[in-house]
Amino acid sequence: MSTVFIAFQTNDDTRPIIESILADNPHAVLDEQPAMVKINAEGSLVIKRESIEERIGRRFDLQELQVNLITISGHLDEDDDQFSLTWN
Amino acid sequence: MHIDLRTVAIKPVRQTFDNIARRFGDKPASRYQEGTYDIQQTDIFHYRPLWEPELQLFDTRRTKVEMKDWYALKDPRQFYYGAYTVARARQQEAADSNFEMIEERGLAESIPADLKQIALDVLVPMRHAEWGGNMGNSFISAYGYGTAITQPCLYHAMDHLAVAQYLTHIGLVLNGPEALDTAKEAWMNSALWQPLRRHVENVLVVQDWFEIFVAQNLVLEGLSYPLFYDYLDSEFCANGGTVISMMTRFMAEWAAETSKWVDAQIKVAAAESPENKALISSWVKQYRVSVLEALTPLVHRSFGNKAESVFAEVTDQFNARCTKLGLAI
Repeated sequence: MSTVFIAFQTNDDTRPIIESILADNPHAVLDEQPAMVKINAEGSLVIKRESIEERIGRRFDLQELQVNLITISGHLDEDDDQFSLTWN
Repeated sequence: MHIDLRTVAIKPVRQTFDNIARRFGDKPASRYQEGTYDIQQTDIFHYRPLWEPELQLFDTRRTKVEMKDWYALKDPRQFYYGAYTVARARQQEAADSNFEMIEERGLAESIPADLKQIALDVLVPMRHAEWGGNMGNSFISAYGYGTAITQPCLYHAMDHLAVAQYLTHIGLVLNGPEALDTAKEAWMNSALWQPLRRHVENVLVVQDWFEIFVAQNLVLEGLSYPLFYDYLDSEFCANGGTVISMMTRFMAEWAAETSKWVDAQIKVAAAESPENKALISSWVKQYRVSVLEALTPLVHRSFGNKAESVFAEVTDQFNARCTKLGLAI
């Protein structure tokens, strides 16, 4: 198994996103760096639209992630409801 | 010369205000949390209001509903001023462009005469009822307790003005300024509108702010919005009046959004104690009678021979919604 990761800028928009990623992926590890948050996870990581919407109280388009996204590693599988990273 | 570049992480001394940290822990808080929680003034008032010397300027006793923590009545949309204005500006832009297109191309000409008359008779005079909604919600934001509920009520009050303006605009598009005079005349004198006018005016003089919330935001809106902006809207669409739906789009969207907020308030308040539940349920029962009576002539005017079945359906949905919120009605 190897590690996938995703990194965001740290700001008001990404806080609820990070919170929901950590809630949905108990195996994920948070790495806080200056102005950046990196989330590492063994094998796979999934971001769910629903859990982000729950936290921000409005509809969310997963494409909005891109605004604050710094980098990802892993094979990306994306649809309207989730955004997942895995190594095949 | 050799230069080492390194990053230094500076931990902020505090992540948020102390009152927010006490509620949610010392971590970065959202704008909604910072702009909402514990903003309400609770003590050190200057003097008691002359017009109500037995109460403080801000007092929890202005409603019979009791809450341990008034901030439990939070807004699921997390609207603070910024988020609210951005959301509404977007909707306003969409609505304006609809009206612009309709006026530019003279699309109102294409509406069948009978549908146009229903819109003039039923939708346009509603603007006076919307003003009642504005007054009620302004009252709540003035005399209510806890920013969590007074804040969205002020937004709700402003939204009612917006709906009244859209209804006015519909009148202007359909029949020019004359439509507004006819609507006012109908509101004041026509038998069609007197029961609703009575309900709206009765709510204007209610003193318990949570009772106004129930009478206006749950019962009146919960019954009238589905009737006018869902069922009547489908009638318009099915019979060649799509243009009218284009003009009422905001109301339909807004009702769907705000009903979630209203539901959250009622649910939390009713779950707080059996007393609250009984009280809110009794208000629902009381106002449901007068609202149903008030809407009956309008439903007959709007739906003709389908009136009974539409009315029964909407009432059933409303009752189901209340039961789901934990009320005993």
